[in-house]
Amino acid sequence: MHPALQGILTIVIGVSGCIGYFYFSNQLLDKVLFPNHGPNAGRNITRANMIRPWLFLFPALAALGLYLAYPVFETIRLSLTERVPGGGSEFVGLANYRQMMDEPKFWEAMKNNMLWLIVVPALSTLFGLLAAQLSDRVRWGNIAKSLIFMPMAISFVGAAVIFKLVYDGRPIGQEQIGVLNAIYLYFGGDTPQNWLTIPLWNNFFLMIVLVWIQTGFAMVILSAALRGIPEETIEAAIVDGANPFQVFFKIKVPQIMGTIVVVWTTITIVVLKVFDIVYAMTNGQWETQVLANYMYDKMFRANDWGVGSASAMVIMLLVTPILVWNVYNARKEMR
Amino acid sequence: MDNIAGTKSSLTWAVHLSLLVMVLVWIFPTAGLLVSSFRTGDQIATSGWWASLTASEQSATLRTAAPEEQQEIDGQFVLEGNLYEAGGESTISSWGTSSRDIGAYAPGDEAEINRGTATLTVEENGDYRVTSAEPLEGRRGERVFVTALTPPEFTLDNYDNVLFDENNREGMAKAFFNTLTVTIPATIIPILVAAFAAYALAWMDFPGRALLIAAVVGLLVVPLQLALIPLLKLHNEIGIGKGYLGAWLAHTGFGMPLAIYLLRNYMVGLPRDIIENAKVDGATDFQIFTKIILPLSFPALASFAIFQFLWTWNDLLVALVFLIDSSGETTVMTKQIVELLGTRGGNWEILATSAFVSIAVPLIVFFAMQKYLVRGLLAGSVK
Repeated sequence: MHPALQGILTIVIGVSGCIGYFYFSNQLLDKVLFPNHGPNAGRNITRANMIRPWLFLFPALAALGLYLAYPVFETIRLSLTERVPGGGSEFVGLANYRQMMDEPKFWEAMKNNMLWLIVVPALSTLFGLLAAQLSDRVRWGNIAKSLIFMPMAISFVGAAVIFKLVYDGRPIGQEQIGVLNAIYLYFGGDTPQNWLTIPLWNNFFLMIVLVWIQTGFAMVILSAALRGIPEETIEAAIVDGANPFQVFFKIKVPQIMGTIVVVWTTITIVVLKVFDIVYAMTNGQWETQVLANYMYDKMFRANDWGVGSASAMVIMLLVTPILVWNVYNARKEMR
Repeated sequence: MDNIAGTKSSLTWAVHLSLLVMVLVWIFPTAGLLVSSFRTGDQIATSGWWASLTASEQSATLRTAAPEEQQEIDGQFVLEGNLYEAGGESTISSWGTSSRDIGAYAPGDEAEINRGTATLTVEENGDYRVTSAEPLEGRRGERVFVTALTPPEFTLDNYDNVLFDENNREGMAKAFFNTLTVTIPATIIPILVAAFAAYALAWMDFPGRALLIAAVVGLLVVPLQLALIPLLKLHNEIGIGKGYLGAWLAHTGFGMPLAIYLLRNYMVGLPRDIIENAKVDGATDFQIFTKIILPLSFPALASFAIFQFLWTWNDLLVALVFLIDSSGETTVMTKQIVELLGTRGGNWEILATSAFVSIAVPLIVFFAMQKYLVRGLLAGSVK
């Protein structure tokens, strides 16, 4: 069957299946199991109402459980086992973790990831804050915002191509077609550089891609926060003689600190999962490995599920503090 | 607002200027890709894309017509024509007959070719005339190296090649449809499933509700990297294997936490009166949901739909793991581009065009529905 047809069929089956499930399960509950008439009508209605939420929740819970919760536990198990030839697996304790710790590539990935974790959220938030503040004060601010926000819609792979063109290097003597080399030579650089092959620095050239994408996100959230600041506080500061910089740093920024933290942590999570950019631009060569790509290497190139799962657990471990923090805050808010 | 009390800021100009610089820096890379996709491979390789927007000095290697078109006039063999076949608007500033000295002659000069037996003249507009005492021989015309002021020149050939050339095995047409096939079901199905769950979490009372909401918030940040191997194993065991069904299910599962979170947050804010009045009038939960909640939640549904669409359209990892098998029949655009980066790293006309084909749809969606995207972002970032 043609995939497009298959796709349409899936939509039809999926949608009608969902609606059918919800409709008929409710009917079943109200008409057959606990009819809301007859001798025990009152008791039946109460019972039906106790069960109904779970009818509504069931498909979503099944998806969440099967596709997100179960894999966490299965990954823990896999990281503690080794596949044996001929199928099956045996428990090996922490051997996978030990093996991973002995690999220089893993530590390279860890080191680079830490660098990403510091640089990308910091720069994205900073540029986002700058763009939000600047665009709130000019009439064409909405157009500016829209254009800075645009990279959010571009895939990491697309962005990788875009920036490969920016970083492109041609042999000396030829016209440079990558803008970075063109600028570099214009300002007195001697030879064109292959930016993505210079260890350490190439990490930053990869990070720029993510900063370019995430700045728009930071800007949108921070811009809304800036607008939510009560005007009286700003007026009072100006009346007291504060200059625009003081207003910004001493009045506005402290009031949106909570939002800045949210933006920072959200981008941190994106950074921890960054895979496509490295995969498409360097594939971890020239000392640009990151955890997610290391894990992909282990799982699908080396076919080593044990070490792959162990490195996935490292990512999970790094995410956990933010997970706990988010849950804590969400619960606080609900109370 | 900041300008009250007569402190009309001298910063205003600085603000305009720095914002302008920032915007330009942000759109410059994308503009480069867009412009490059309309240039030929030669053009891209010989000059930066920023130079293509204005008339520029460009060197090119052109040929006169083949000797078979020569005419005999007054005992001399003459070959006439224009170097620019399509009659371009270039203005030649210098030309040459040897690759070692491509600027040897000015327009109108006469050059000796064929070891002195013939002369060649090239005019500013590309008109040339070869005059020879002996018949010209060979299959191909004389090579002429010209340096000319060329006006901006763009072509749609790249798109034609990448999208509509059926013989092009690296074309994007199939990958485009595959991406579409993955994206649409993977966007629609999670919405429905999540909407029901969100309603239960927002408006129904049952024990464990708070715990479930907390779990959803927690699952929001679980990296999908953890899910790859366990789920691939599962898919293989229950016989789905690699394919569209697996990709749809995976996207549905991975999109679920955000969907529930966004929709629940929105539904909680709906006015309580409406729902309670409906209940008093005897509406069941199912009716309340389909007749009241769903229509009222349209903005939140749209927000999530855009997120999920962008995410599935732009995704690489899920497609690599759950969709693309060894036959490569189900390859998606992101994967195709990564492969082109490997095999066609230097062919920027192909790369740029392919990348832009895959970027174009999300960009259209983005600009058309930006309002909902922003709203979704504001509601979706965990406070």
